[in-house]
Amino acid sequence: MTVRDAMGILDATVLVGEDNLDQEVRSACGSDMMSDVLAFSKDHSILLTGLCNPQVIRTAEMLDIVCIIFVRGKRPDDAVLDMARDRDLVVLSTQHRMFSSCGLLYKAGLGAGAFGGAL
Amino acid sequence: MAEAIRLTYEISPDDFTRAGEASSDVKKKLRSLGVSPDAIRKVAIAMYEGEINMVIHAEGGIITVDISPDKIVMILADKGPGIPDIEQAMQAGWSTAPNEIRSLGFGAGMGLPNMKKYTDEMTIDTVIGKGTTITMVVKI
Ligand SMILES: Nc1ncnc2c1ncn2[C@@H]1O[C@H](COP(=O)(O)OP(=O)(O)O)[C@@H](O)[C@H]1O
Ligand SMILES: [Mg+2]
Repeated sequence: MTVRDAMGILDATVLVGEDNLDQEVRSACGSDMMSDVLAFSKDHSILLTGLCNPQVIRTAEMLDIVCIIFVRGKRPDDAVLDMARDRDLVVLSTQHRMFSSCGLLYKAGLGAGAFGGAL
Repeated sequence: MAEAIRLTYEISPDDFTRAGEASSDVKKKLRSLGVSPDAIRKVAIAMYEGEINMVIHAEGGIITVDISPDKIVMILADKGPGIPDIEQAMQAGWSTAPNEIRSLGFGAGMGLPNMKKYTDEMTIDTVIGKGTTITMVVKI
């Protein structure tokens, strides 16, 4: 699916990266613990999180993540959004909670990638 | 890239929000040198975990990155408290991080295991009360 598809599925709004919504995404990872996210490395991924600090952006940067989706209507401050903009990330925000967000994307066919498979 | 290149970073312990800036810079430099995306990602993840550890467990330190045509060597040296039991520290889930660090997204005890997973070689030299030096190699 594309980032735009994921946005529709989650009724999400765009905070950063409106011009980059047609990128393909193939897998997703949802967590508030960044080291759990860093253990996961797949191309063309989405990161779903409820954590709003600069380390979320850095984690996405290290993993070449395409899109960050903040769940539960969270919105990081402008400094964090500027960091995302500098790194050409797409940032979305959805009112859905983590469990529902992951479930909706999964049901729509987005996988988690091969189990335990990183690099 | 015939010559080896050395990058050096001083990691400040004071500001958790800035932790990761060095890793971010290394990532940019490797990209401009044309290193493969796979190798860059391995270096970035391993160094970022190590940089975070220097900030949350060890009062900062110095990171040296040596880039040569066949490998990237990262040396993370701190003057922190040292690691009393390396085997235990390497276990997935083991962490001495305080709760406020966990609320910032770190302290899941996955940092050292991730560093090992994404590198081809990793050695830990540690002396209690004196500091820790972690050397990691990623082959290109
Ligand atoms: N540079 C360091 N200096 C001192 N102790 C460290 C250092 N790096 C790691 N440790 C110790 O090893 C433990 C495990 O590290 P890690 O796997 O990165 O997990 P976490 O950082 O989430 O606690 C830490 O909780 C800490 O006790
Ligand atoms: Mg750690």
